Amino acid sequence: MEQILNAVGIMIIGVFGCVAYFLASNTILDLIWPARGPQAARNIRITNLIRPWLFMGPALALLATYLVYPVFQSIWLSFHNETGDEFVGLANWIWLANDDKFLESMANNMLWLFFVPAASTAFGLIAAALTDRIRWGNFAKSLIFMPMAISFIGASVIWKFVYEYRGSDQEQIGILNAVIVALGGEPQAWITIPFWNSFFLMIILIWIQTGFAMVILSAALRGISEETIEAAVLDGATPLQIFFRIKIPQMWGTIAVVWTTITILVLKVFDIVLAMTNGQWSSQVLANLMFDWMFRGNDYGRASTVALVIMLLVTPIMVWNIRNARKEMQ
Amino acid sequence: MDNIAGVNSRLTWTVNIAVLALVILWTLPTFGLLVSSFRDRDQIATSGWWTAMSASEQNVVVRAAAPDTAELIDGVYVLTGVVGAGETSHFGISSREPKAFAAGEIAERNGARITVETDGTYRIESNEPMTGSRGTRIFATITVPPVFTIDNYKRVLFSEGIGRSFLNTLTVTIPATIIPILVAAFAAYALAWMEFPGRALLVAVIVGLLVVPLQMALIPLLKLHNIVGLGKGYMGIWLAHTGFGLPLAVYLLRNYIVSLPREVIESAKVDGATDFQIFRRIVLPLSFPALASFAIFQFLWVWNDLLIATVFLGNTESQLVMTGQLRELLGSRGGDWEILASSAFVSIAVPIFVFFTLQKYLVRGLLAGSVKGG
Repeated sequence: MEQILNAVGIMIIGVFGCVAYFLASNTILDLIWPARGPQAARNIRITNLIRPWLFMGPALALLATYLVYPVFQSIWLSFHNETGDEFVGLANWIWLANDDKFLESMANNMLWLFFVPAASTAFGLIAAALTDRIRWGNFAKSLIFMPMAISFIGASVIWKFVYEYRGSDQEQIGILNAVIVALGGEPQAWITIPFWNSFFLMIILIWIQTGFAMVILSAALRGISEETIEAAVLDGATPLQIFFRIKIPQMWGTIAVVWTTITILVLKVFDIVLAMTNGQWSSQVLANLMFDWMFRGNDYGRASTVALVIMLLVTPIMVWNIRNARKEMQ
Repeated sequence: MDNIAGVNSRLTWTVNIAVLALVILWTLPTFGLLVSSFRDRDQIATSGWWTAMSASEQNVVVRAAAPDTAELIDGVYVLTGVVGAGETSHFGISSREPKAFAAGEIAERNGARITVETDGTYRIESNEPMTGSRGTRIFATITVPPVFTIDNYKRVLFSEGIGRSFLNTLTVTIPATIIPILVAAFAAYALAWMEFPGRALLVAVIVGLLVVPLQMALIPLLKLHNIVGLGKGYMGIWLAHTGFGLPLAVYLLRNYIVSLPREVIESAKVDGATDFQIFRRIVLPLSFPALASFAIFQFLWVWNDLLIATVFLGNTESQLVMTGQLRELLGSRGGDWEILASSAFVSIAVPIFVFFTLQKYLVRGLLAGSVKGG
């Protein structure tokens, strides 16, 4: 309890600290260059130059410390040994290129990078298109959207129970194996089957992300101009034709945003793999490999190198996002 | 023309059924674990959760009372007891044939007559005195009625450390959700309504920072925190979450603030209001929906985070958050589904509640900031 009070206390101090900083810095600025008297015009010009930086100061300082500095520090670390004391040149990168676990992670990540965004977007699109047509659509949307609120680790517990395996002489308590047995099949320990287990882990992320795709795509569907649809109806198009030939082409922009957003998430997700297999049975992915080298391997050089690979994979999307944002601003 | 109505209603039916199938598919996994979290430990381990409402058949083995405790009743030595609560259908006296006798029948063994009634009581009779301190084994098939209990929750909250880690998670989440909002709001206002050189570049940088993978930041910041003496503790994680949440906060809020009507802000400027007054009196109150959107994002993100908590907090009882605790339970109690299920639901409950009550703002935020990758 005391701890919560502490937290609330810190929160209040933090909020008041912020307010005090902004108030004080603004007041001081106005005292030094007052907006009246003979030099008012000059003073206003000066304060207008400085004030934006006062407003942005704390945010910029935090961003620089917590996101910009680490990028450069990671690059530096990737050329140093496990403690960061000794320059080792390209040793970490050469190790990476020859490491089996890294190659396995890369291969798995490529699978993840394709299937998770593809399936989430596809399911999201289906869910959006269908729920818009029925009366209880909003309720259905809420339920499909709900996994978004569940942590990756919570979702892993939920799905581990779905995949739970018992020997074929026992009663199955995992629903997947129960269905398989009911259909006359053999129960399987799903998450231990190399290669295919990655797909069982992907299902968890698809389950979480479909709701996100659905919400965005459903808004895009509603934004489609009525006239194009009416024209197609008059020309005798079937609902399916309207969907694939009229609606989807008008949504490419949004689909791309959804796809790239999920792609970035896929590259960063490590909780699911950590909780389900911890990279065993050849299911390793980059984010978990990095975590492994950081915590169990205690090798900051190698861990940073893996992190940089993730960063490199994200970079094209980053550039694309920045371009889009600049276009919108103009 | 008249068959168009038929086609339409058939289509509506198909759509309804398809949506129903999707919804079931999407809720079933969570529902299964939810049901399991209220079931009795033995029942979870022996039968699927979908059978929870029906009685389950269990095969039990009990050792009868010690023979030398037999009572002499009417010239017969008698031992009595129960094999279990529930309706007994069959019993047996050897592991090879655990269902050899129907309830009520009499089995003979070494001159003793053994019987188990349908109510689960057993009775062993013998004309000779019985000796020994080890009772004979009785096998029984019992139909146990469904049992629902909140014991699992009591147990995880009070003796498995989930209660404590719930408090720890709250401790992390409250400041880490509120503090970035104010910091970001000022910056967002400056980026939206103040003219200064380099503004466009800064916005571009922030859009770029939205997707920087956190993995990049972990090691450098861990080292930095150690150098400046923050080490592993709440101060460090509050700062880290604030830093990591800022790009989204600034981005969302700037997009919202820049869309506020220009006339309102310019007329205030003409009236002589300073930027600080405009921000506090006009921009902040009008931006409430965007502030709420971000607050929900940040709350869900911080509450559900495992990575940052693992890196910036210790593993001790006073610092382990719920996601970390769940991960430990998955390792150490992997098969104890009653513990896992109820722990998972304690950790899921709060974000689910927030999700359903404030969904409107969450959706709005998603639509405004769909560049961010989580």
